[in-house]
Amino acid sequence: MSPLKIKKGATSHSAYDLRPNFSDKEERHTLAVLVENEPGVLSRVIGLFAGRGYNIDSLTVAEVDHLGHRSRITIVTSGTPQIIVQIKAQLGRIVDVHKVNDLTVEGPSVERELALFKVTGTGNDRIEAIRLADIFRASVVDSTLESFVFEITGTPEKIDAFAELMRPLGLEEIARTGVAALSRGAVA
Amino acid sequence: MTKAMTGAKMVVQALIDQGVDTVFGYPGGAVLPIYDEIFQQNSIKHVLVRHEQGAVHAAEGYARSTGKPGVALVTSGPGATNAVTGLTDALMDSIPIVVLTGQVPTFMIGSDAFQECDTVGITRPCTKHNWLVKETDKLSSVLHEAFHIATSGRPGPVVIDIPKDVQFATGTYTEARQVETHYNPQVKGDMEMITELAAAMEKAKRPLFYTGGGVINSGPAASQLLRELVAATGFPITSTLMGLGCYPASGDNWLGMLGMHGLYEANMAMHDCDLMINIGARFDDRITGRLDAFSPGSTKAHIDIDASSINKVIKVDIPILGDVAHVLEDLLNVWKARGRKTDKENVQKWWHQINDWKKVDCLAFEQKGKVIKPQYALSRLEELTKKHDRYICTEVGQHQMWAAQYLGFEDPNRWMTSGGLGTMGYGFPASIGVQMGHPDALVINVAGEASWLMNMQELGTAMQYGLPVKQFILNNERLGMVRQWQELLHGERYSSSWSESLPDFVKLAEAFGAKGIICDDPDNLDDAIMEMLTHDGPVLFDCLVEKHENCFPMIPSGKPHNEMLLGENADVANAIKSDGAVMV
Repeated sequence: MSPLKIKKGATSHSAYDLRPNFSDKEERHTLAVLVENEPGVLSRVIGLFAGRGYNIDSLTVAEVDHLGHRSRITIVTSGTPQIIVQIKAQLGRIVDVHKVNDLTVEGPSVERELALFKVTGTGNDRIEAIRLADIFRASVVDSTLESFVFEITGTPEKIDAFAELMRPLGLEEIARTGVAALSRGAVA
Repeated sequence: MTKAMTGAKMVVQALIDQGVDTVFGYPGGAVLPIYDEIFQQNSIKHVLVRHEQGAVHAAEGYARSTGKPGVALVTSGPGATNAVTGLTDALMDSIPIVVLTGQVPTFMIGSDAFQECDTVGITRPCTKHNWLVKETDKLSSVLHEAFHIATSGRPGPVVIDIPKDVQFATGTYTEARQVETHYNPQVKGDMEMITELAAAMEKAKRPLFYTGGGVINSGPAASQLLRELVAATGFPITSTLMGLGCYPASGDNWLGMLGMHGLYEANMAMHDCDLMINIGARFDDRITGRLDAFSPGSTKAHIDIDASSINKVIKVDIPILGDVAHVLEDLLNVWKARGRKTDKENVQKWWHQINDWKKVDCLAFEQKGKVIKPQYALSRLEELTKKHDRYICTEVGQHQMWAAQYLGFEDPNRWMTSGGLGTMGYGFPASIGVQMGHPDALVINVAGEASWLMNMQELGTAMQYGLPVKQFILNNERLGMVRQWQELLHGERYSSSWSESLPDFVKLAEAFGAKGIICDDPDNLDDAIMEMLTHDGPVLFDCLVEKHENCFPMIPSGKPHNEMLLGENADVANAIKSDGAVMV
């Protein structure tokens, strides 16, 4: 019993792993969806998730190929293996979707997220905040006498950890971009 | 060759180039330029419906019965929103239709203009794809691509929203062959999987073909190959509501429809088979019943063009992604090349078992007394029309299930019914679409009185175009299926499930200039049906039937296939437990 022989990154209209071992455990997957940069395409993707009751943990979108008219949507989602397979197949049905890659299962990948943190305070808290920022390689992009805005880049876990540490030191506001991800190695 | 023309002319030109001969529509401010072009040509016939929902269902009926895409044309705002039910219906049943909507001019979009609505936003979840075309230069290529997308892969409805200024402006017309598309779904199945299925067929002791609407959508070749495969293997075959006709009802291996109101032998065979070969069906909840008790002992193969249908609700062992006709051709070739083997001895035993189930005679009924049983009415309709190459539409409810049970379908594309969405009001306009596609054929819409009233305005359309559609209404003065569920589930409290203030259907027909027939006597039924058949024009047949008849057999919700209710003597009151009651 072999799975269907589908090339990695085959077109959106081909089958994905049609023979999974279903379990009830929820998994977190990062999907890279290459779409036609058309009006409404993001709405199609989000509408699919809302309409069928799938989770979106994070979502980023931007044009990546101006001449080729392509945008890349990176979605972090969670669900049972059966749901994850459904999500990929449902995304593949959207006419404007060119390619769906599951970065979580298709070999190693890198994930990065950028976040801005506004931290207010004076005295020791302020000193501790900047010391921790240094440890996390966060940089100061705005400063007043009683506030900092830090810029930090890293995995979502790293940003979560930084947020936990900043919370008692006067954390006012966070802006996160959501995950951008690429597969490792030379092949796209 | 490129040509300059207005957007409105492009619409008509593209329809002609796509081979469209009929458009169902309703004019309005935002589509006036297109209607002006339609007025000035003779290639395309426009059918003026009486409500936009009717236009879309008519396009569905046309598409389902001809195998060609159906086309509807409606105006902006309410024209578009009235089309939504038909679009959703076509999406659920994978019917290829192209719906053109007018839109306010581009410079007014977003200003809450008169008859403006966000058509592409509203129809995004109920179409296979949609477009708002803001440049006349792009209009013709979008029109051509729309037909390609509606008809290829898993078919479905598409919407093209065309602002009025785009219709007036002049642009360059692109020919269909110049349009490039990246949408080319895979049609050939994986040979390794097909070989695996052939091997499974050789070993199967209790095999069963379970076919669906995908066989019909794949075209006449698919039905032909299916018949060849069934005849060559000798395996039994059942079908979903949507697949009726892909294998002839008179065929030796036919078990009848399966599912919630399917035949006992078909459902028992589904439950007990050891190899289930799903061809173009999607394990709908009307078919599976209780999921964890669905055909527990079988190896399941699934042929489908849509990857998202595979493993959606039922995990399958042999998935084959591809078009039914392509896959069946390869499957037949592989199976023949391997020596045309089956386990004849065990398959014979399997047939003995099936024949025992058939002896239950689950559709048996007794016509006694002076009240027409709905089953009797349909049996007589079957008897008196089966010689014709007839086309049957239905509305939704008990009459729909009885029609599926008591009428026999010999060929594909002869059965138009709203399966997935279950749209009351579908059948009458659909029958108009069918008759437009087959002007000389006998077209009958089997209806309930409540469903039929939902789009009764289309009687005007039928009269205007002289379409001799026969409306065979089983009138029980009840919302029969709702009433049945209230009896089973809600302590016989019949909340709002009776039809009060019904019209006199004969007078109603006559008010439109059509013929009306009423029949309430089983002894007169044959004569009345013959009168309907011989009348050259639309007929409204008001068949007064038993008011409290329930539709059996029935798999109560939350129950497996082998716990069917067979008839009035079944323990109906205790059939559905509370966990089943939440399901529809």
